[in-house]
Amino acid sequence: MNIVVLIKQTFDTEAKIQLTGDGKVNDQGVNLIMNPYDEFAVEEAIRIKEAKGGEVTIVSLGGDKAQEAVRQALAMGADKAVLVNDPALEGADHYVVAKVLAKVLEGMEYDLILTGWVAIDDQSSQVPGRLAEVLGLPQANVVTKLEVEDGKVVCHREGDGSVEVLEVPLPAVVTAQKGLNEPRYPSLKGIMQAKKKELKKVSLGDLGLPAEEAKAKVVGYQLPEARQAGKVVEGEPAETVSQLIEFLTKEAKVI
Amino acid sequence: MGKVFVIVEQKNGALRKATYEVLGAGRQFADQLGAEYAAVIAGQNIGGLVDEVASYGVDKIFVADDEKLANYTTGAYSDVIGKILLKEQPDYVLLSHTAVGKDLAPRLAQKVEAGLASDCTAAVVEGDKLVFTRPIYAGKAFATVEKNGDIMMATFRPNALGSFEPAGSKGPEVVQVPVEIDPEALRVIIREIIEKATGRAELTEAEIIISGGRGMKGPENFAMLEEIADLLGAAVGASRAAVDSGWREHSDQVGQTGKTVSPILYIAVGISGAIQHLAGMGSSKVIVAINKDPEANIFKVADFGIVGDLFQVVPVLKEELKKVVS
Ligand SMILES: Cc1cc2nc3c(=O)[nH]c(=O)nc-3n(C[C@H](O)[C@H](O)[C@H](O)COP(=O)(O)OP(=O)(O)OC[C@H]3O[C@@H](n4cnc5c(N)ncnc54)[C@H](O)[C@@H]3O)c2cc1C
Ligand SMILES: Nc1ncnc2c1ncn2[C@@H]1O[C@H](COP(=O)(O)O)[C@@H](O)[C@H]1O
Repeated sequence: MNIVVLIKQTFDTEAKIQLTGDGKVNDQGVNLIMNPYDEFAVEEAIRIKEAKGGEVTIVSLGGDKAQEAVRQALAMGADKAVLVNDPALEGADHYVVAKVLAKVLEGMEYDLILTGWVAIDDQSSQVPGRLAEVLGLPQANVVTKLEVEDGKVVCHREGDGSVEVLEVPLPAVVTAQKGLNEPRYPSLKGIMQAKKKELKKVSLGDLGLPAEEAKAKVVGYQLPEARQAGKVVEGEPAETVSQLIEFLTKEAKVI
Repeated sequence: MGKVFVIVEQKNGALRKATYEVLGAGRQFADQLGAEYAAVIAGQNIGGLVDEVASYGVDKIFVADDEKLANYTTGAYSDVIGKILLKEQPDYVLLSHTAVGKDLAPRLAQKVEAGLASDCTAAVVEGDKLVFTRPIYAGKAFATVEKNGDIMMATFRPNALGSFEPAGSKGPEVVQVPVEIDPEALRVIIREIIEKATGRAELTEAEIIISGGRGMKGPENFAMLEEIADLLGAAVGASRAAVDSGWREHSDQVGQTGKTVSPILYIAVGISGAIQHLAGMGSSKVIVAINKDPEANIFKVADFGIVGDLFQVVPVLKEELKKVVS
């Protein structure tokens, strides 16, 4: 079974966010990681490959540094990778990103596309659904359990207060949620081998795509106002709790 | 002129709570834009919901009622609703950022070649445009997003827009939409829907959440939090430490790699307040923390904190709350 995994490089979850002089998000000195949900997707792909054979291909769209995240996925056990890297994609929205990724996938043979359910940087959870639409594939979103059966996958999809067990014919797009598996750490051997694995860089020109106009446009960034620490009390529970109840009912009026 | 559309969400014949917010806010946006205001509702045997939707002052309601829409599936819903949107070409399409909304919106957006601002916490009309604000980097920054094509869609984080009273029915035109679904869109089969019968509010929609962390010491102690939750009509959440210890389900996790919640009241019990946890609940209106460590990070964001042993504080809290709510 051939699997494509989409990964995005994102800021570390600990990263402090600052704006540059011209009001953009400053990426200088920020530690970069593979989007945590994509690790679940990579892990799942490798496990399926280990059980059923086939090849795992990583596809990522990002800057030069995104190579590090791609190498990490190769070190975990993926076989090869494609990195779409083009300055013209600066300012691309998810509409455009999905079209570009779809074009990369059109030239490949795959049974399953695995992705994270959301990228923790811009928190959009748009790319997989949009990509599935462009490719005309069925999708299962926010999946915590996946089983491969004959020509299909059976997925546990997280709903609001429920779990849907879905039968999804292949090829399909499945997005990973925490709980799907425990991602492995790359072994030393894996890291060495990853250096020799194929990592192909492509531009929009290579894909034969024009730079397309975004359908949504970010016009500004702001930092939130810091939350002020409130009242902190210490003492006998009877006393502190009664102060809390007073606060909740009289001051904050939330109960 | 122009058109603002809301995609209404229903489950088992009742409107979802988050839908009321978007319905109410959408009416205001449409008024300010001088736009026509329409709602789209899909499902099976949903005729009974039309009056309720109408009470939010919509000018038009599109009803897609069919057995193939009995349960939500991405394929069937995006096919049917996509056709309506393609025909009507609204300027703005608004949904809730619920499990259904976040699954449906991207697929629809690509189908109708729309932009999409997801998980918005606010929107304002500026001139002839609706401008959206959405948290990025787990709420550590906000982006302002505008339409740059013909159709712009947005999903809204539950509880972010506030509550709206029905504006009153205008006796809207009700359009029964013929449902003809492309067989390709019906390929996913629902084998089973396992409802989590906790009887409690859903985490992302709950107005009050009480969460426990590693300080809870074990799964059995969450019973204390559940009892308080039941008193307050609240949901029970957990930190990743509690989830990774196997005390609570993954779906209960609040934080950067868990649920993003925005309740009116968030009570953190035995949670240190790591940046990844704050990422998921930092937009709560009021935060209360109970922690025995006066230096715990959670106190930096809490509106009210009790320094103390949770095993002493929580039982007293339960008794006191009983008196308040009874
Ligand atoms: C990529 C990544 C993603 C992450 N995503 C998330 C996420 O989504 N959600 C999340 O929560 N975390 C997340 N984390 C983990 C996060 O960094 C913290 O490790 C985690 O939030 C800690 O959980 P905790 O506060 O319950 O435990 P701890 O940090 O161990 O804190 C326990 C607290 O309980 C208090 N305590 C102990 N006993 C008592 C008592 N008897 N009475 C009162 N107080 C007591 C202690 O003083 C302490 O403050 C993530 C980490 C990474 C690296
Ligand atoms: N630039 C990208 N390159 C490759 N995959 C991506 C990219 N952006 C998003 N994805 C995939 O889509 C998922 C959801 O991302 P998003 O829609 O941006 O929240 C991620 O977890 C990735 O698997």
